[in-house]
Amino acid sequence: MPNQVPECTDAPAVPPAAEWFLPRDSLQALIECLQEDGYTVIGPVVDQEAITYQVISSVDDLPRGWTEEQSAGRYRLVRRDDEALFGYTVGPHSWKAFLFPPQVTVARADRSSDGRWEMTTPEETVPRHAFLGVRACELAAIAVQDRVFLEGPWVDPVYQARRREVFIVAVHCTQAASTCFCTSMGTGPECRTGFDLALTELEDGFVIQGGSDAGHEILERLDVAVAAPSQSAAAGSARRQAERQIRRHLDTNGLRDLLLNSLDDSQWDAVAGRCLSCTNCTMVCPTCFCSTVTDVPDLSGDHVKRERSWDSCFNVDFSRMSGGVIRNDVRSRYRQWLTHKLASWHDQFGQSGCVGCGRCITWCPPGIDLTEEVAAIRSHQEPIP
Amino acid sequence: MTSSVSDDPVAVGRKKLAVFKFASCDGCQLSLLSCEDELPALAEQIDISFFLEASSRIGTGPWDIALVEGSITTPEDEQRIRSVRRQAATVVTIGACATAGGIQSLRNWADHDEFLRCVYARPEFISTLASSTAVADHIPVDYELRGCPVDRYQLLSVLRDLIRGRTVRLPRHSVCLDCKRRGTVCVEVAQGIPCLGPVTHTGCGALCPAFNRGCYGCFGPSAQANTGSLIRTLAEGGLPEARRVALFRSFNAAAPEFRIDERAARSDIGSSGTGRGELS
Repeated sequence: MPNQVPECTDAPAVPPAAEWFLPRDSLQALIECLQEDGYTVIGPVVDQEAITYQVISSVDDLPRGWTEEQSAGRYRLVRRDDEALFGYTVGPHSWKAFLFPPQVTVARADRSSDGRWEMTTPEETVPRHAFLGVRACELAAIAVQDRVFLEGPWVDPVYQARRREVFIVAVHCTQAASTCFCTSMGTGPECRTGFDLALTELEDGFVIQGGSDAGHEILERLDVAVAAPSQSAAAGSARRQAERQIRRHLDTNGLRDLLLNSLDDSQWDAVAGRCLSCTNCTMVCPTCFCSTVTDVPDLSGDHVKRERSWDSCFNVDFSRMSGGVIRNDVRSRYRQWLTHKLASWHDQFGQSGCVGCGRCITWCPPGIDLTEEVAAIRSHQEPIP
Repeated sequence: MTSSVSDDPVAVGRKKLAVFKFASCDGCQLSLLSCEDELPALAEQIDISFFLEASSRIGTGPWDIALVEGSITTPEDEQRIRSVRRQAATVVTIGACATAGGIQSLRNWADHDEFLRCVYARPEFISTLASSTAVADHIPVDYELRGCPVDRYQLLSVLRDLIRGRTVRLPRHSVCLDCKRRGTVCVEVAQGIPCLGPVTHTGCGALCPAFNRGCYGCFGPSAQANTGSLIRTLAEGGLPEARRVALFRSFNAAAPEFRIDERAARSDIGSSGTGRGELS
């Protein structure tokens, strides 16, 4: 059984597992173990001038010696001065795309010659994915989507089928981007729960921890030794380095009430002047889960596919109802996104919808920074005496 | 053949289609002709009454559906488009020329008389308007299909819906959403390539960024496009004003949100530098 789907996000963390050491040369053996078990391994690769998540066949596909610089509205791949395989933070893709596919056919309807309609759910081969390189904020994001798609009254079968098959190899961050603020959201940078295996990269190998029975079973097949105290200490030090590097901060104190009591704040007008309503923030967000469902008939009208696609609250027509469009300007759409993500998400799902990965800051072309927007609203509502 | 269910609108009687051309390159009409696999089925379901690009048959109105390609550039066009409207129950404009004035709307920023003198030996024989304008500036239009050229599958799906009396659904979000759906990394954020995607209407499937190019804006402005913010972003990224203007001065130059002549010159642009990177 792959990693346990957490019951809720405040479930107790997996107890600190014994730490093992995996020599650098043996990472390939881990990938091969997963492949032998029938997993398609998804990992970081350099593609399109960024580090994205794609199918990998070996360690040679990993972004050896690459990192990135990130700031509001800007991302650049940069060479490292070492051979680190996981020496980056988070990129434009998230694991969401593999669990909640951007486009999927959820039903078909076919009319037979006697005029009768037959509705069918397409049979699909559910991919069996092993995720290699999942960061702490991304584990938290998967837990948020588990809550949304699996733990409410309506279970999403597309997500559920994929989620059940996933094996997660987490990688602890050993550095932070300028856009990271996981420490504010309590999601990182250390991976605490929700993984089968977790790696900390050192110069000559990896300190590796098991987080599930499936993870421990893989560990038994690998050439690992109990980590020496010096190796554990080095890994701990590397993890603390990531935490020390985090500069961005989101003050979550009373945040839900602050935002819901600020619906007429002038900051919404200010941000509407900059917001392109282009949907980029929601698309790169690892927790945003909105979609649209469209019936697509063929020319004869006798064969119809019902397709579900990623959609966004920044799309004008996303709020179209029988009476028209509800959120008919950028101001109301930005406000909807931010208040849902940071405030009403608590009411709906008992937690924040933000994990502090910073993607929405980096991938916003004008560089709108939600931590700055919240700080501005807070300064209006809670003036410093 | 299609099924013969009694409530099938297709079975009741084929609708009549006409295709008209105004100032344009014919590329959008060719998009329809390029639907080679689907054309036989389409021709069974609709009576193609008037389509000079495809057939010498010259049917007469009234028509159920008129597809209109091209912009309005002559006094004669102004009269003819009204005649089309009077004879067609549903008017669908197709392509950037018909929906925004097309590339030929660049004349709107130039001296029309000077063009005539330079190009034609006998300009007195030429009867044109000083501007190139969208069809909707002259008559009420039921549906506008954007793009240079239109997306043939969208055109087919709209015809399919009109034939069957189904509600026509025309998405109007930005190209960015389509980039993300197909896994394309943002070329502007990751590489500093100027891209009109954030303010450009969906329809092409986010083609150019998938080939490492910025969006050229072929489908015109997306709904409620915040062009001013994108221009400031491009300016802060170091793109010179002439390049910013050139970005918008193409197939949809005359679309209201893309007319940037006044905005581009604004002095406040670039004043709030964020230390963002260079735009190449």
